[in-house]
Amino acid sequence: MIAVQAFSVLSPLVAPLAMLGFVIAAMALPLQTGRADMDHDASAQGGILPQLSAEHLAAAVTEPLIVFDQTATVVHANAAAISIFGSITAGMSLPLKFRAPEMQALIEDMLTGGVSSLAIDYVEKLPVERVYRVSASAIGHGTGLYVLVFKDQSEARRIDRMRADFIANASHEMRTPLASISGFIETLRGPARNDPAAREQFLQIMQNQAGRMARLIDDLLSLSRLEMKSFHRSGVRVDLRNVVESVIDSLAPLAKDSGLEIERNFADGALEVPGDRDELYQVFENLLENACKYGQSGERVIVSIAPSTKGPEPGIDVTIRDFGPGIAEEHIPRVTERFYRVDVETSRSQKGTGLGLSIVKHILTRHNGRLSIESELGKGAAFTVHLPTN
Amino acid sequence: MQSLHIVTAYDEELQYLSKRIAAMGGHAERMVDQAIAALVGADQDLARKVVGDDTVLDDGQREIDDKAILLIAKRQPMAKDLREIVGVIRISADLERVGDLAKNVAKRVASVADGRQPTSLFRGIEALSDLALTQLKEVLDVYASRSVDTIGFVRDRDDQIDAMYTSLFRELLTYMMEDPRNITSCTHLLFCAKNIERIGDHATNIAETIYYIVTGEQMPVERPKGDKTDRIVIQADASSK
Repeated sequence: MIAVQAFSVLSPLVAPLAMLGFVIAAMALPLQTGRADMDHDASAQGGILPQLSAEHLAAAVTEPLIVFDQTATVVHANAAAISIFGSITAGMSLPLKFRAPEMQALIEDMLTGGVSSLAIDYVEKLPVERVYRVSASAIGHGTGLYVLVFKDQSEARRIDRMRADFIANASHEMRTPLASISGFIETLRGPARNDPAAREQFLQIMQNQAGRMARLIDDLLSLSRLEMKSFHRSGVRVDLRNVVESVIDSLAPLAKDSGLEIERNFADGALEVPGDRDELYQVFENLLENACKYGQSGERVIVSIAPSTKGPEPGIDVTIRDFGPGIAEEHIPRVTERFYRVDVETSRSQKGTGLGLSIVKHILTRHNGRLSIESELGKGAAFTVHLPTN
Repeated sequence: MQSLHIVTAYDEELQYLSKRIAAMGGHAERMVDQAIAALVGADQDLARKVVGDDTVLDDGQREIDDKAILLIAKRQPMAKDLREIVGVIRISADLERVGDLAKNVAKRVASVADGRQPTSLFRGIEALSDLALTQLKEVLDVYASRSVDTIGFVRDRDDQIDAMYTSLFRELLTYMMEDPRNITSCTHLLFCAKNIERIGDHATNIAETIYYIVTGEQMPVERPKGDKTDRIVIQADASSK
């Protein structure tokens, strides 16, 4: 069996690629525009447009765009496609990457059906749910190439889901404080009508319950908002030392009230990761707040930032370690689930909503990061956030 | 990754096999996803659809087996080509099993729907299946990109799946202790959780096969810890607290 190395797959395609320029440009025009009009427009623009490199044009398109040939092999994927779908290199087989049955059918129909364009809805569930309207078109003009364009429609879908989820989650969790408030109202109007001492006590309980409902709504909204935000990496870099420092400052009063000393252990050098500053702030705020609430008996909390030593890609680890009671082994994998509580009583008394770690996990998934939890009963717990540096 | 043979039909045949694997993979991912959605949403129509879809994977595996054996006989492949073809046979068998496991989860939907269990259990099962599906997706993505240097993540994820499964196991036992009427649906859920955990194991198998196809070596042995359910005992009096 003799195998010969092929020449670069790309080289024979450079010329047709350059031709793609105005075809892709035309895709931005409304669909009703006829092919003839497009050609006319292009020639009316003079000599510039036909010479425009298709690669440059594709790079300027903010939606994911993939050019492929008759064997369904990728010829080019623009930066948006790579940033959203991960590594897609020229020469990769397209149906190997997009395995969903409807995507397979779309590619197949495009290559065999003889039609000039098709469109389907495509849902990616993991790691973050995204919904796309995917359109495939033949580029024609003798290139034998095709193009896939992904239009993100996640927002509309998420709003629908958010409504359903919000009602399902909220109704269950709201019922308890609501039941207690209406119970006390009944008592205040009936048996306790003329008892000022009881009234004061009941009103205090009602106020606490109302506060709990308000926190719950805040957290649910914050989680839903995160799920709604479109998934886009902006390339902005965030200085973790700076974020963590400001989180520690803002939580200093809580730490003091809990009798805790916050110790810093920051590595030297650049500690920057790409990400959203506000979201990362919320991650560390939730984790440190938890450490202060549940690690009271430990008298100190250690916050450390260091370049990551393990894991497949280079990154930075931020560890928040408390010396409280710790978390039992069987609860560790579950604590990031919505409303999962290790101990319902403690959580209630600490004003927890059961959503803090869900929010943390959600933000980290969006940042390609991870949360790992290590704990031993009686010795405290360490929450490590791992964020990739590129 | 692209290398061409003198006989172009040979390349096309090899490519056809990997495309069939991708299609099977896509189907398997979809079946698992829908089986869990049916379980969590007590959606019996969707469950029936998943059960029906399983034949697609059975047919796919049979076709791949036939084609692969024909290819070995006809082209006498060597080295990487041989590994590729043997790998395809193994991966299709793993994917077919994943389909069976998803089908088994779907079959239990009706029995679980009879006695509604706490939502926290279903959230746990959903979280477990998210882990297993992410594992499967990442593994099949590596099959497309052939970048095996990042494949170590598979073991990390496997540990997480095992830990999650162990925790669910314990929770299910607790519910059964609390009220014998829960036993029926909890036992079905226990099998569902076990099936999902097995799906993760098949994903790990596929990762090992891909590593072998690409490098010609076995993935470095690093004994995974495994789940700890074999040692879980819950005493009757402990269930009351």
